[in-house]
Amino acid sequence: MSPPGEEPVFVARNLTKVYPMGEVEVHALRGVDFDLYPREFVVLLGPSGSGKSTLLNILGGLDVPTSGSVVYRDHNLTTANEAALTEYRRDHVGFVFQFYNLIPSLTARENVALVTEIVDDPMTPAEALGLVGLTGRLDHFPAQLSGGEQQRVAIARAIAKRPDVLLCDEPTGALDITTGVVVLEAIARVNRELGTSTVVITHNAAIAGMADRVVRLADGRVASVDRNATRISARELSW
Amino acid sequence: MVSRRRRISALDMKLLRDLWEMKGQALAIAAVIAAGVTMFVAYLSNFNSLERTLSNYYERQRFADVFATAQRAPQRVAARMADIPGVVTVDTRVVADVTIDVPGLDEPASGRLVSIPPGGASPLNAPILRRGAWPDPARPDEVVASEMFCEANGFGPGDHVFAIINGRRRPLTIVGVGLSPEYVYSVRPGEIFTDNRRYGIFWMNRQALASAFDMEGGFNDVALTLSPGASDDEVIGQLDRLLEPYGGLGAYPRRLQVSAWTLSNELTQLQTFGLVTPMIFLAVAAFILNIALARALALQRAQIAALKALGYANRELAWHYVKWALAIAAIGSVAGMAVGAWLGVQMIELYNEYFRFPMLEYRLSIDVAAGSMAGSLLVAALGAQSAVRRAVAVPPAEAMRPDSPAKYRPSIGERWRVFRRLPQASRMVLRNVERQPVRAAMSVVGIGFAGAVLLIGFSFIDVMNVLIDEQFMYAMRQDVTVTFSRPLSAGAVHAVSRLPGVIDVEPMRIVPARLRVGHRHRTLAVTGLEPAPRLHRVVERSGRVFTLPPDGLVLSKMLGEVLGVGPGGAVRVEVLEGARPVFDVPVAALVDDSMGVQAYMRLDALHRLMREGGTLTAAALMVDPGRVDALNAALKQLPAVAGVAVRDATLRSFRETMAEHMNLIIFFNVFFAGVIAFGVVYNAARVSLSERGRELASLRVLGYTRGEVALILVGELALLTVLSLPLGAAVGYALGVYIMTIFTNEVYRLPFLVTPQTVAWTFLTVIAAAAVSALAVRRQLDRLDLVGVLKSRE
Ligand SMILES: Nc1ncnc2c1ncn2[C@@H]1O[C@H](COP(=O)(O)OP(=O)(O)OP(=O)(O)O)[C@@H](O)[C@H]1O
Ligand SMILES: [Mg+2]
Repeated sequence: MSPPGEEPVFVARNLTKVYPMGEVEVHALRGVDFDLYPREFVVLLGPSGSGKSTLLNILGGLDVPTSGSVVYRDHNLTTANEAALTEYRRDHVGFVFQFYNLIPSLTARENVALVTEIVDDPMTPAEALGLVGLTGRLDHFPAQLSGGEQQRVAIARAIAKRPDVLLCDEPTGALDITTGVVVLEAIARVNRELGTSTVVITHNAAIAGMADRVVRLADGRVASVDRNATRISARELSW
Repeated sequence: MVSRRRRISALDMKLLRDLWEMKGQALAIAAVIAAGVTMFVAYLSNFNSLERTLSNYYERQRFADVFATAQRAPQRVAARMADIPGVVTVDTRVVADVTIDVPGLDEPASGRLVSIPPGGASPLNAPILRRGAWPDPARPDEVVASEMFCEANGFGPGDHVFAIINGRRRPLTIVGVGLSPEYVYSVRPGEIFTDNRRYGIFWMNRQALASAFDMEGGFNDVALTLSPGASDDEVIGQLDRLLEPYGGLGAYPRRLQVSAWTLSNELTQLQTFGLVTPMIFLAVAAFILNIALARALALQRAQIAALKALGYANRELAWHYVKWALAIAAIGSVAGMAVGAWLGVQMIELYNEYFRFPMLEYRLSIDVAAGSMAGSLLVAALGAQSAVRRAVAVPPAEAMRPDSPAKYRPSIGERWRVFRRLPQASRMVLRNVERQPVRAAMSVVGIGFAGAVLLIGFSFIDVMNVLIDEQFMYAMRQDVTVTFSRPLSAGAVHAVSRLPGVIDVEPMRIVPARLRVGHRHRTLAVTGLEPAPRLHRVVERSGRVFTLPPDGLVLSKMLGEVLGVGPGGAVRVEVLEGARPVFDVPVAALVDDSMGVQAYMRLDALHRLMREGGTLTAAALMVDPGRVDALNAALKQLPAVAGVAVRDATLRSFRETMAEHMNLIIFFNVFFAGVIAFGVVYNAARVSLSERGRELASLRVLGYTRGEVALILVGELALLTVLSLPLGAAVGYALGVYIMTIFTNEVYRLPFLVTPQTVAWTFLTVIAAAAVSALAVRRQLDRLDLVGVLKSRE
């Protein structure tokens, strides 16, 4: 299952996450094991409510598990405090959110600069936006961009710091096919050219073809793990 | 690196754009801060300027430490005064209060003649010559007249007035115009309002003055300076013993000297006022800042979560949002400082109408400027901090989730059946107010404060009017008060009643005395009044006429407090005239009046005490308005008359000076209160609009008209405003009572009162300010971008 000779980037073991909701408890994760390798492209599939976002948030240091352990290289994320998690996110993780979450009062370039200003050795915002094909939209505000363009700005913002891992939660969820393809291409290109380990959550099983590995979650557990012999490019996907 | 080259970080750029986006709200809040800073700067810079001017003036002109007056003491006593331990300089003078006949003025005026050595070289209390020359020692008629008197009458060197000295009308030639630290504030003895047209100080040659008043080789007034650390009390004790055989009227320290004392009261008021009022404004500002920011940050929840997910630390984000508040405060305080400095200059010019300094220079000190800036920044940071802390606590995982719909429920009212029949719009208003009870309550309190500030401002006019009414319509109903230069026998009443135009005469006996209880004492006059006076009466603060008991002293409540005595207690009365008898007199009652320190007795009781017949020292007259001129002319000729106070003239002059002052204060009060009301209402409206823009836009899409949609928003504002009105009245009343206790001193004891008209004006002004802000928001509402609002996620 693991490419020989490589240390995994993430090692997650027996993760559980319980959300107390008044009297009832919601078990979002019920013992998940998950590894992620350098340069690997993983697609997370699973029905709504199966715990995909929960897992991704824990990997990204946005949330902590109820039990189990997550280790990112030499960082133990389970025992890290708030400041250490912030540090970890700042230095290693790039996020792409389903709802873009751009700062509406900042231009595309400034939204990217938001990240490049606080990390060491980033790309310039223009470079990052160039990578996602938005060279012509540098000084547009989010409201002046289409949904797909906004999502690409979000990707540029995530990759500008040259992150070690790129975590995307339904990046194409709000997009049509053509735009979705453009966005996925951008993500695949970053994965290929920068060697960024990438996890993409999707509801669209067709996207799975792009992945090195496809992990299926169901009811808070890993239901299956499949390795694709060959990766197809985003253009070849049939939705 | 690119980021190094950028002049402004992306986060700061966001700050600027966000501020610009909410500029209306930001300006409304900045305006409230500016109002607070304006008052702070105006009052405190005036306090500073006055205090500095005053202490320089006192120092340069050698203002004395101790003052005393006597009937007539031989000059050799001066040497013995100089021997009192602690005394440095002794300056004896001849001082006389006389009636002045001012050309161009129908009624008689009063003047104080003060002796000066040749060339004006007074060792103490040295007058400053502003224009003209010092009197020629060879010319007994030459005087230097006080500047305020000259200004009020349009006099200068070369003009003449006439002093009635021992029944003779003596011309005084004004050769110079002067000022003295002793008369920075000059008011006719026994009065509380200045009247510069009818009261002046005249410095004249000692020789001339001494011969006119039979003071050659003697003096009747002395001023001393003490060495640092010497005790006033001990010196005063010894001085009193020295002067007692010569009709000493009791020495007093600088702090009880009328002008110095009035000034220090004024300064204390300025300082207290300059600290208390701005605090109210800044508190209101802090709290609307909190609401505005809390809402703005609630709108930025997703952004905050995203920024945290991107690796921004809580600290960085908190600072980012606190800067938001600081920027608003900085704008407000800079504007406030500018307006405050301007207002400060206006105020100090007004002070020059009441108080006269050689040079009243306005200076805004670094302390005050830095203090107000720091104060408003601090207040803004405090106002922001809870909102920021709450906002920054958003877990970063929230960035990954869409917003959940706000939680609504049927309002409490709707659970009662009647309310279910309310139209949809009213129900939305009620639900919104109820869903955010804390915020609604804060808005109500904020608008309430605006009402409170207004109520206080308006009430001060009422208070002044009532003071005037009470003084002149109820208490001193006489048209003219005549004081005599010496006690007269009962027959004088008939003589006075035969003067032209006199309809009624009421004799008064005023006995100068020191009232002592234990170690506490005050030197003042015991006023003897008729059992049922028709003209000069004692009136309580409530407006009720107080009937003097047949025996015993009646003290004003303030005097009772000062001496620590009440009904049943006794006061030692050391009479400061004639044979200077000492009596222990029981206190019959305290009267709750508006005056400072006063003591009354029934005329017959006072006569019994003094073992005299129907002696009088003053008379209250009612005069036929048509014959006032004849009376004035006659009074100017009477030798025994020391002073004449004419009610209408006093009142007119007081109203004139007061009006200007009051108008400025009221204008600013109304303006600032309007700013608060507008700021709070506008802010509440904008918050509602931003919160419910989506909802309101949806209604518009569903076919509601602009008016109907506006009604939902305006209805909420109206509800908040209406709720705030009674609260504002209550808070204003409580604050007003408190501020009045600051104002209470030994001159006035003003009641705080609120008339129905004042309440009505307050409410109307608040409603007007609310209406203006509702209109402003209505315009925003009309421009609501239906597509934009619905397209974007909140
Ligand atoms: N903050 C929360 N509080 C309570 N329950 C939560 C919370 N976040 C997630 N859950 C619950 O945990 C379970 C897993 O949620 P999660 O968001 O991980 O699902 P998902 O697989 O991402 O679903 P989707 O495809 O719809 O995004 C769900 O049942 C959800 O209701
Ligand atoms: Mg999800």
